[in-house]
Amino acid sequence: MNFVSKIGRTALALPAALALSGLLATSANAAASVNKGDTAWMLVATCFVVLMTIPGLALFYGGLVRSKNVLSVLMQVLVVFSIISILWVIYGYSFAFTGNASAALNPFIGGFGKFFLAGVSTGSEIGTFSKETNIPELCFVIFQMTFACITPALIIGAFAERMKFSAVLLFMVLWFTFAYLPMAHMVWFWAGPDAYTLSADNLSLVASIVGEDKAKQLIDALVAATTPDAKALVLGEYAGYVNATNGYLFNWGAIDFAGGTVVHINAGVSGLICALVLGKRVGLGKDLMAPHNLTFVLAGTGLLLFGWYGFNAGSNLEANGLTALVILNTTIAAGAAALAWTGGEWVFRGHPSLLGGASGAVAGLVAITPACGWVGPGAAIVIGLAAGFICLWAVVFLKSKFGYDDALDVFGVHGIGGILGALLTGIFVNPALGGVGVTDYLAGDTSVAVAAYDFAAQMKGQIVAVIVAIVWTSMVTYVALMICKATVGLRVKEQQEREGLDLVDHGERAYT
Amino acid sequence: MKYVIAVIKPFKLEEVREALGALGIQGITVTEVKGHGRQGGHTEFYRGAEYTVSFVPKVKLELAVDEAIADRVIETIQLAGQTGQIGDGKIFVLPLEQAVRIRTGETGTAAL
Repeated sequence: MNFVSKIGRTALALPAALALSGLLATSANAAASVNKGDTAWMLVATCFVVLMTIPGLALFYGGLVRSKNVLSVLMQVLVVFSIISILWVIYGYSFAFTGNASAALNPFIGGFGKFFLAGVSTGSEIGTFSKETNIPELCFVIFQMTFACITPALIIGAFAERMKFSAVLLFMVLWFTFAYLPMAHMVWFWAGPDAYTLSADNLSLVASIVGEDKAKQLIDALVAATTPDAKALVLGEYAGYVNATNGYLFNWGAIDFAGGTVVHINAGVSGLICALVLGKRVGLGKDLMAPHNLTFVLAGTGLLLFGWYGFNAGSNLEANGLTALVILNTTIAAGAAALAWTGGEWVFRGHPSLLGGASGAVAGLVAITPACGWVGPGAAIVIGLAAGFICLWAVVFLKSKFGYDDALDVFGVHGIGGILGALLTGIFVNPALGGVGVTDYLAGDTSVAVAAYDFAAQMKGQIVAVIVAIVWTSMVTYVALMICKATVGLRVKEQQEREGLDLVDHGERAYT
Repeated sequence: MKYVIAVIKPFKLEEVREALGALGIQGITVTEVKGHGRQGGHTEFYRGAEYTVSFVPKVKLELAVDEAIADRVIETIQLAGQTGQIGDGKIFVLPLEQAVRIRTGETGTAAL
């Protein structure tokens, strides 16, 4: 498939009806329906992802810090989750998942159309990835809310044990607003599969995109077209209008099943910038900074794995065979990466450690996130093995070579694992390598067709998505940290850091 | 009277206690301690970080014994506490001036 030429058409499309694109999600397609199986699965998947954050991520990170800082980490995860869940309802969902009245801004950020979830009722519906299959929009709102909540919380590991609580709160609000929401919009916001159906049955939805008159004109032209070429021309013109309503990276054809770019590269690279700007913890390299409770770490890993089923398999938005493939891929990638990491440690450092196994499992989960619904099980094992080895290398050698204090290896695991996963997804989606093939969501057609695999075009899309994520999150993180520094200050005082954040920031201790 | 202090490997404590019991020793004080001798410490790895742990866990036994059996007590601890590996520990023996049983006020060997 050739996305580049589509972008060319997209850029020329200028329907005045763009202003209506905020209505896309709820525009009714006469034939679309909601079924209770999909709805039930999505509600359960949403709850899984909550468990992934609290207590999964909290315990994983909490066990890795020293005993004097465990509560600060748990508290930061809890409070970030709480703040973001509320901001999501106030403006997050609207900026991520509505169209913007400005055609120039629309590819990058949504509009104000659904502030305080305006217009989203229990009867609202939103498309999935299959034609004529909807889920309740509120279901999508809460599912996406859990993603918005866990992503900023991932960054906590990078600046753990030294950042002021007030600075953490301010930073998270800024980062969520200016880094997470635009990325989510760029990657995930699209018109939905039914919008591409150009037919008289679908008139209301088509009209919501191109206007009533243009819709009728296009439908008539399609009926009048007798040759396949003439049909393709009309469908191509219509697809250009629909594509103009999509997010920037969606139109690049970058595939990311469950959020490798939006969640892991975004948070992982932000973690690296945080570690660089905040500087090293007091006593690093001299004091014993061993994890205080590896039992917590494994308990957290287990909850992350379990929650990841909701995260990855829920991203299918439906309950079907592909959902099962996602759960299978997620499990074996985690297993392969745990084995690769511990195997690497055994060979190079003499011991296969539990911490290595747990870190490897998380690295495998990160790397399979963008790939989980696009690749076959064989590729999932390869992606897991690659993630285990490469993240081990990043955490042990890359970090010590450059000397940044990414305390809990947010960059080494989420950043590196996310980038690796995004690139490998572009390779292993190839049906010749057992992948499911790329569905051409951007084609104006009455069916969702699998396009021919084109390595160069696919990798170009993947690389553009990775670069946009890296550049954007780095800039936002740096500016947000500077704002925190100028207002509340970034770090606690040295004496307070030695005493531990539990007592200094929160006035309590985990173990008495 | 002699005051015997032995620092041994923690997992050898039960064997040593049984051996001393067979000898008729009735009182032992045990403390969990950390330290190192020629064994040095060991190295722990946590992801990229490497920590040298200098002080390893040991158990310290203290017991006051009649001079007549002091040599047998020392020999017993040495045999029961031995693994032949580095880090088996040490036995120190000091002269003991006085002992008092707090409950009765008995002194000397009668208090042991």
